[in-house]
Amino acid sequence: MTTKNPLFTYLTTVILAVIFICPINTLADENNHEHHKHENHHEIHANENTLANKDIHHKEKFNPGDMIMHHVLDAHEWHVMDIGEKHITIPLPIIIYSKERGLFFFSSKKFNHGYSSYKGFSYDHGHIVPLNNDESIYDLSITKNVLAMFVCMFIMLWIFISIANKYTKNKKQAPKGLQSFLEPLIVFVRDDIAKPSIGENKYNKYMPFLLTIFFFIWISNMLGLVPFFPGGANVTGNIAVPLVLAMFTFVITLLSSNKHYWSHIFNPPVPLAVKFILVPIELLGVLTKPLVLILRLFANITAGHIVILSFVSLIFIFADIGGNIAGYGASIISVGFLVFSGLLEILVAFLQAFVFTLLSAIYFGMVQEDHH
Amino acid sequence: MLLSIILQAAANAAIAKAGAGIGAGLAALGAGVGIGHIGEGAMHSIARQPEALNDIRSNMIVAAALVEGAVFFAIVVCLLIVFI
Repeated sequence: MTTKNPLFTYLTTVILAVIFICPINTLADENNHEHHKHENHHEIHANENTLANKDIHHKEKFNPGDMIMHHVLDAHEWHVMDIGEKHITIPLPIIIYSKERGLFFFSSKKFNHGYSSYKGFSYDHGHIVPLNNDESIYDLSITKNVLAMFVCMFIMLWIFISIANKYTKNKKQAPKGLQSFLEPLIVFVRDDIAKPSIGENKYNKYMPFLLTIFFFIWISNMLGLVPFFPGGANVTGNIAVPLVLAMFTFVITLLSSNKHYWSHIFNPPVPLAVKFILVPIELLGVLTKPLVLILRLFANITAGHIVILSFVSLIFIFADIGGNIAGYGASIISVGFLVFSGLLEILVAFLQAFVFTLLSAIYFGMVQEDHH
Repeated sequence: MLLSIILQAAANAAIAKAGAGIGAGLAALGAGVGIGHIGEGAMHSIARQPEALNDIRSNMIVAAALVEGAVFFAIVVCLLIVFI
């Protein structure tokens, strides 16, 4: 890192402070409490347990539904790995704002995986509930997905600030290194996504937004495929993240729409009888466009993760049925399939970023069309 | 008559899950048919004009992603039935 940009050093400090404010502990669970036990009453797992009732005097039967949900959902601590019976997790800060009692800031280790309550809050299956039912709280914690987003932002800022510095320092020289890797991508977003959709003279003010969402979605998706820390968090598969990105697109679309577009929505050039049907449909269309953006990104990424995790679960399901040798045998085929799925997911990671950006650009262009 | 309604209400949970399974299968069917049509059109176009291969390929992939969007909406609804 040769850049001495003050913004960069500030952000590095903030992110490192967040990571190290709750020290990385190895939580040696001496009492061996398994994660499956206290979730058995939950409805979604009741069905998984109806598989053949094996005697469980050695260890708990493998529960694929639990494992998949655990990997796909958000959490208040980052579960890095299991070594034997020890769970190695990184406890993340919990930030709660309660209207009655003010701001709370503590480590998620205080909740002890949901077994203890702390300062009037208890932890129930991923939700923080106040012990006093009338209290309304806002959970502003740094959860796994938030930390993963910080990691993605850090990577993006590092890459783009360093190539921006290189471009300003070596103005007359040919690009080399990281610049020559990113320049085709940025030119691709400009020439194949922004210019054809928005038009030659208006595309420039949308370029920062389009570039940001393109790289953010792509890098987040790719990070979600990496199986070890700091990757492996399902950021774009958490419905809140595509929701916010699509809200940005929606707001920018509304702000850049011109009168001609709205006159076509509310007063389309069709016979009066058809107008009664068409205007509600057009209004609904305005709302469904961001909704479909959200669902497409969320469902693609989550489904991809679930497919890969299901192939991994297959190994353990076979091991439960036929002993370790069946597990090893199944692992040959399973690993083949999941590597293939992983490669497909890499394509999907890029494709979903591309489609999201392309559709956003098309929406920006559609609302600015002039009368012809 | 009342008995059958009560029995149906009691069996609703299982019927809902069966419905979710059928819905997911139909969604996969829709995806297959839709993307198959896209692929067919792309193959025909490439056969007619092999120089346009790259343009056709990128448009085919974009159209496939858009069709997948609708399919994934159905998948998400089925997942919601099973898990919520």
